[in-house]
Amino acid sequence: MPWTRTYRNRDEFERAFPQNAGVRGLAYRDAILEATVELMEEDSRVFVMGQGVDDAGGVFGTTKGLHERFGKGRCIDTALAENGITGIAAGAALCGMRPILAHMRVDFIPLSLDQIINHAAKWSYMFGGRASVPLTIRAIIGRGWGSAAQHSQSLQSILANIPGLKVVMPATPYDAKGLLRAAVKDNNPVIIIEHRWLYDHTGHVPEGPYTVPIGKAVVRRAGKDVTIAALSYMVYEALLAAEELKGRGIECEVIDLRTIKPMDTGLITESVKKTGRLVSVDTGWRECGIGAEVVASAVEGAFGSLKAAPVRISLPEAPTPASPALEALYYPGKKEIVYAIEKMVRAV
Amino acid sequence: MEDLLQKIPEETLKNIYSTMLRIRMFEEKIVELYPEQEMRCPVHLCIGQEAVPAGVCANLHAMDYVFSNHRGHGHCIAKGSGFKPLMAELYGKSTGCSGGKGGSMHLIDTENGVMGTSAIVGGGIPMGVGAALASSMRGEERVTVIFFGDGAYDEGVFHESFNFASLKKLPVVFVCENNFYATNSPQSARQPVCRISESARAFNAPGVCVDGNDAAAVYRASREAVERARKGGGPTLIEAATYRWKGHVGPEEDFEKGFRDREELIHWKGRCPINAFAERLAASDIISRRDMEGLARGIEKELDEAVAYAKKSPYPAEHDLLSDVYADNG
Repeated sequence: MPWTRTYRNRDEFERAFPQNAGVRGLAYRDAILEATVELMEEDSRVFVMGQGVDDAGGVFGTTKGLHERFGKGRCIDTALAENGITGIAAGAALCGMRPILAHMRVDFIPLSLDQIINHAAKWSYMFGGRASVPLTIRAIIGRGWGSAAQHSQSLQSILANIPGLKVVMPATPYDAKGLLRAAVKDNNPVIIIEHRWLYDHTGHVPEGPYTVPIGKAVVRRAGKDVTIAALSYMVYEALLAAEELKGRGIECEVIDLRTIKPMDTGLITESVKKTGRLVSVDTGWRECGIGAEVVASAVEGAFGSLKAAPVRISLPEAPTPASPALEALYYPGKKEIVYAIEKMVRAV
Repeated sequence: MEDLLQKIPEETLKNIYSTMLRIRMFEEKIVELYPEQEMRCPVHLCIGQEAVPAGVCANLHAMDYVFSNHRGHGHCIAKGSGFKPLMAELYGKSTGCSGGKGGSMHLIDTENGVMGTSAIVGGGIPMGVGAALASSMRGEERVTVIFFGDGAYDEGVFHESFNFASLKKLPVVFVCENNFYATNSPQSARQPVCRISESARAFNAPGVCVDGNDAAAVYRASREAVERARKGGGPTLIEAATYRWKGHVGPEEDFEKGFRDREELIHWKGRCPINAFAERLAASDIISRRDMEGLARGIEKELDEAVAYAKKSPYPAEHDLLSDVYADNG
């Protein structure tokens, strides 16, 4: 299907155009903007808020022009007060609105964890289902150009630990639109973590409304030897690794987790039962990270099928360095995935 | 009749008195029954502070929103919540206002506009501002009142939220019940100024400090603030100076434990908001002493019924443990 293929930019998409005849290509950032415009057009309860949402850049283009189209009353620039603003968005959601709160960086979420963890996530349970907080929070992972320790974190595992929250990490433009729509329509707080390096990625995005279900992973490439469970930007690194390994006689099955919480453990275990081998590839840290959860799901659900110890590929246990020399060492990618899988397969 | 009372309708004065008495007697019922250890949750009582919720909420309609905190029984009662769902919640029963999942610190009554009480100090403040944003976006004539204490003024989120409310001229009233203590830490150990209301000026909004033990003064100050909010004039910060008679948590006084001075408590008990108001209403022939006694008997009966209801109500079922973690998407 066309939306299972994504290209790193519009040029690549167009070069492959014979395969894409009749489908519309849209960049990830534009898919987010289109979803937001459609949601705001069809539902007066939907509004956008966050620092800089109405400036010329428009959160890397994802909110660009919304204030002109819908007015500043529905595209609200805010003070740098992340906890207060998150609580305000949560309160508006509690009282019947459908806010989309946008953060330029995931790193600003820790400032608002009180409102996310103690309030938005708890309101349904704490009051016996008498109220709910249909709040969508978008946050972007930065990477490269010396973004360093406070502008490039992947904090999904902190959020995924909290009952009451949902966490999604779309890897394709198609999913970016479909999961944002699903998040806004969901009656619970949903956090969407986007990766800055995906913003130029181009793929098929249908016009008009559709949703991608929250809680469902997808197989991006079928294979019989090894399961790679990846998320967000690392799905591409996994696909590149799978392509290279094919040339060496190893067939990888690449799963795009799409939703981190609730995780689609069924698809992971089903795949591991077939391949017997598992590699998780995360944008975040290793200890208590998403990879740990992926591995645990396979151990619990497909223990007898495992032919080798699962491997986690993740960030080294250090904050992000600024120097390009260290940055290059810091991020794992295709090379590390290939190495880990070759080692795993040849060892058997 | 004295000047201040003359400007308030008699029916309103009676309602304020009745509300204060309802709150006091509800709290005293907890004090009486808590040693049975059947209410198995921490209780933060507001005895001594009744004039604030009673005076403020007398200005509100059922549709108006209220956000409250861990010391929230009085706010719910003043906004119209019945005793039964509140009492059942304290007993952890399925008939409680939060289905037994919240306890004393997490009360809700959406029909009366109480949208939940947060036990993270200051946590309900931005949510209240968000409620006001929602009603403002919809063009409703709805006002939100946020109750919090002097401890919440310590929190950054108060300042973040008040700033936004003033900037956007939202229909919200901030009511700071200054009882001078955050748990056991006195205001003087935490803040360089004692007039919290004066901080409103920094946000280009009006602030007013009132005697929080004078229900008529609270009523008049909050009436002005509620009217301003309803007309689109933005937020007001009301500081109501008052005092809690019991310890931070639990049914006991705390001077014997050394947390506060006994002399201080005696002083504030001498300024009981209910006794003072009763004297004024009686002196002005608004309610007779006999009617007050009749009112108290009625409340006592209602409370006994609520306790019986709570005690005989079932606990939540096993399947309730994992229900409501997420709201349905049906």
